[in-house]
Amino acid sequence: MADISSYRDQHFKGSRSELDKLLRLSTTMYVGNLAFYTTEGQIYELFSKCGDIKRIVMGLDKFKKTPCGFCFIEYYTRDDAENCMRYVNGTRLDDRIIRTDWDAGFLEGRQYGRGKTGGQVRDEYRTDYDIGRGGYGKNAQPKADMIIFGRNKDALPMD
Amino acid sequence: MSRRRIHDSYEDLYGADRGYKKRRRGGSESNDLEDRLESLVLKVGENTTSTIESNLEGLASVLDGDIQNFKKKVLKLLVECAVNMPEKCTIYSTLVGLLNAKNYNFGGEFVENIVRSFKDSLKNNSWNEARVVLRFIGDLVNCHVVSASSFVQLMGSLLDVTKEDGVPNVRKDWYCYAVMSCLPWVGRELYEKREAPLEMLLTTIEVYLNKRPKKHVNMLRIWSTDVPHPQEEYLECLWNQIKKLKHDSWTETIIPRPYLTFDNVLCEALQHNLPPIVPPPHHNACVYPMPWVVYRMFDYTDVTDGHIMPGAHSIERFLVEEHLQQIIDMSCKNRKECATNLMNFVHKNKVPLEYCIVEVIFSLMFHQPKPKYLEVMFGSVFIELSKLSTNTMPLVLAQTTEILYSRIESMHVCAFDRFVSWFAYHLSNFKFSWSWQEWADCLALDPEHPKPKFVREVLQKAMRLSFYERMRDIVPPDFEPLLPEKPEPKFKYAIEKSLLPGQFLSNTLLTKIRNKTTPEDILEILKEPLMSENGEIMEPADICISNPTKIDAFVQTLLYIASKSFSHAFAAITKFISVFKALGETDDGQLQILRSTFDLWSADQQMLTVLIDKMLKTQIIECSSVANWIFSKEMIPEFTKLYIWEILSLTINKMSRHVDRLTRELNEAREKLRTTAATSNSSDDSDGDTEKTEAKPRQSTTTFGGQVPMDVDDNVTEEMVERMEEKLEMAQADQKNLFLIVFQRFIMILSEHLVKCDTDDRPFDTYWYKYTVGRLQQVFLAHHEQVQKYSSTLEGLLFTQDLDIHILEVFHQFLALRS
Repeated sequence: MADISSYRDQHFKGSRSELDKLLRLSTTMYVGNLAFYTTEGQIYELFSKCGDIKRIVMGLDKFKKTPCGFCFIEYYTRDDAENCMRYVNGTRLDDRIIRTDWDAGFLEGRQYGRGKTGGQVRDEYRTDYDIGRGGYGKNAQPKADMIIFGRNKDALPMD
Repeated sequence: MSRRRIHDSYEDLYGADRGYKKRRRGGSESNDLEDRLESLVLKVGENTTSTIESNLEGLASVLDGDIQNFKKKVLKLLVECAVNMPEKCTIYSTLVGLLNAKNYNFGGEFVENIVRSFKDSLKNNSWNEARVVLRFIGDLVNCHVVSASSFVQLMGSLLDVTKEDGVPNVRKDWYCYAVMSCLPWVGRELYEKREAPLEMLLTTIEVYLNKRPKKHVNMLRIWSTDVPHPQEEYLECLWNQIKKLKHDSWTETIIPRPYLTFDNVLCEALQHNLPPIVPPPHHNACVYPMPWVVYRMFDYTDVTDGHIMPGAHSIERFLVEEHLQQIIDMSCKNRKECATNLMNFVHKNKVPLEYCIVEVIFSLMFHQPKPKYLEVMFGSVFIELSKLSTNTMPLVLAQTTEILYSRIESMHVCAFDRFVSWFAYHLSNFKFSWSWQEWADCLALDPEHPKPKFVREVLQKAMRLSFYERMRDIVPPDFEPLLPEKPEPKFKYAIEKSLLPGQFLSNTLLTKIRNKTTPEDILEILKEPLMSENGEIMEPADICISNPTKIDAFVQTLLYIASKSFSHAFAAITKFISVFKALGETDDGQLQILRSTFDLWSADQQMLTVLIDKMLKTQIIECSSVANWIFSKEMIPEFTKLYIWEILSLTINKMSRHVDRLTRELNEAREKLRTTAATSNSSDDSDGDTEKTEAKPRQSTTTFGGQVPMDVDDNVTEEMVERMEEKLEMAQADQKNLFLIVFQRFIMILSEHLVKCDTDDRPFDTYWYKYTVGRLQQVFLAHHEQVQKYSSTLEGLLFTQDLDIHILEVFHQFLALRS
């Protein structure tokens, strides 16, 4: 359950094997499928059950600078992060099933959504109505390149 | 295949696809055959299409045929299976029995190997391993591999440990426990073949159990009362179960015994005698398992699913619980598999499965001093179980919650904490839906009564996982008094024109900070004397920074500006850390920082906790200040709230981690120094320049009490080691001081209470008293390894004979734990 997934950040500066190595050593988690209104406090409360949190970086809309449904969590140890994958990934926060995955490490700029309208890519084209993520997707017609490069894995809730 | 790899392959073994991953060796045929054999052995008994017996028969023939080529490997593998798969004990013992019947020498070699494994486990203090190996050896008696007489002799020499003098009780306890836990397997056989020696063993056990001290039991109990379920110490409980087993002629209904089918083959085999085994003597580095109290929550009257819960003193109860615990131990890293394996428990048709699982998991969750696994692990496993057993598990969990709530008055505060935490977490995964009205009885009780306290604290924790308005929505209107306060900052200087002494300063700081001024500028402002709004200097003119009003104005104003989120507050603290450190140079300054933070954030317990954590990490305040603040007069109204304990706990933990980290770094440095010295002694060129190693100033630790040790430079000098030793000594002194403060304060408030109740002629065991004594016990328990180091100081300075017996009792129970 603590293995790395198949997602690879397409914006990562470096080779695939460098990325993989970072993922295997990382103590940083990506957390997805959060509601826009989920607060840092809620995230702290849930995720500190796995260990001391070094810091949380909320994911923000690039233009509005408001939370747009994801965040990064840095633990101090790999063990704590692995426990996060084992026991928090796939459980609920704010009644939503959230997803956690390994991240290569936070860098300035990565806290912003990469979608055209400022939020996450997946919110650009999803067709369902999700009241926790601003209702309908921004643009119901998916463009080919968005599907390939977006974090479309988040669209499927884990159950 | 190494032992560790078997552990790694558990996930694979019990995975949905039953795939067995192994290192792919070269494609030679013999390697493939070896791997296949390994796979067959590891998976024997799991094939549901044929019986275990036919599985074993087939496997025994295959192995016997290949024994010449793969003997060493097979021996090693079988020993590993015995050690690492205790739940399949009887399967592997039967396999060994069949192999022994076919090949006496092989049997002999196996016995040698398993005995060596047993001795190694004892030497390495791998107690649980040793216990299951001993049991396996006992089961080999059932399979005619080992003679009953030599096994009885072994049990006797192990029980001799209970007669040793001057050794910790926990050592004697373990040897007694190990012998006792073989009896369900081999008791019958010994009774038939060696009744008299068996009787003697039982007498030895009884004598030991009667005379051993049981002072520690009270500290480990979860329930303070024995109604409805007696809280038995684990050895006592097992002994009662063994006595009943004996009474039932040593027959039980749980352990599968495939060897019975092969009796005609096995009884023809020649048995081996065990070599003499002497228990390794005790020495100071030995660490034995701590005792525990058996947690009971259910009896047969609670079970409504048609099955019968085995009685508390039936050996079946012990066997089922142990097996379920083994399943959890094996699949603890994969919650879905854990749930699946539990629900597939082989005896699920004989027992009320969900009740047994729930009782076992809660016993693990409430285990003292610390649960084996993270609480969230148990919580998430319960969620998975609820998905697998949709009709039953949620109902059993609801019933459990009701039972625990109904008995909560006698629940130890450690378990209370965990129950609160678990229930709030569980609700957050199920839409916070609960029949609160059924607990309306708590509204009429004293607010300090555990029942309303429980509801209050659950709502607090649940709020942290959601938000305030949601809590208002989920409870009935009459529960309003139990709702948490709305978590908002209470900014004392909100009214610009108030006449508070710090108002003008606050106004000034507010403007400055919002205009992005520098910390240096702020420090300058703080050096000026306080002024009132019209510019008058307040007398006496104080240019000292650590003036309490100045501290209050700065802390409250800054944290109010940064009140939007944790990130904002942390950023503010980081930016102005130099100011904080200047203000916190004195103990009083630190205390004021804490007070001001509390004043601002008393309505948001989570924010307060997180801020104090940050201040400790950044060393703005010291652990001792937090301890003093918690026990201060103004914090009395807050004292029995759970978050206060959270803060005290994290403070003590930080100090312990700090000491641990420095210890590790020092040991690493010493090691590096040794190896450097060794290599430089052997090499010829001692170039004067290179020897003058750069005593690089080490990076100052940015996080106090963090877990990650600093990397030790490769060029370690004696000087560096000396400095590290000094640092460690200082840290240990700080730690000792912290414990002294905490314990002294507990003693003071408890003594005061006892004296006052005595003078007023009131009963002393109020809710406050029970809670506070519970917390004192918890400090001992939760930090026992660290506190151990200072017990003689504690005994000499604080827990002296003139202390009230109730307080002293706690200390003695703690001493009894490790004695």
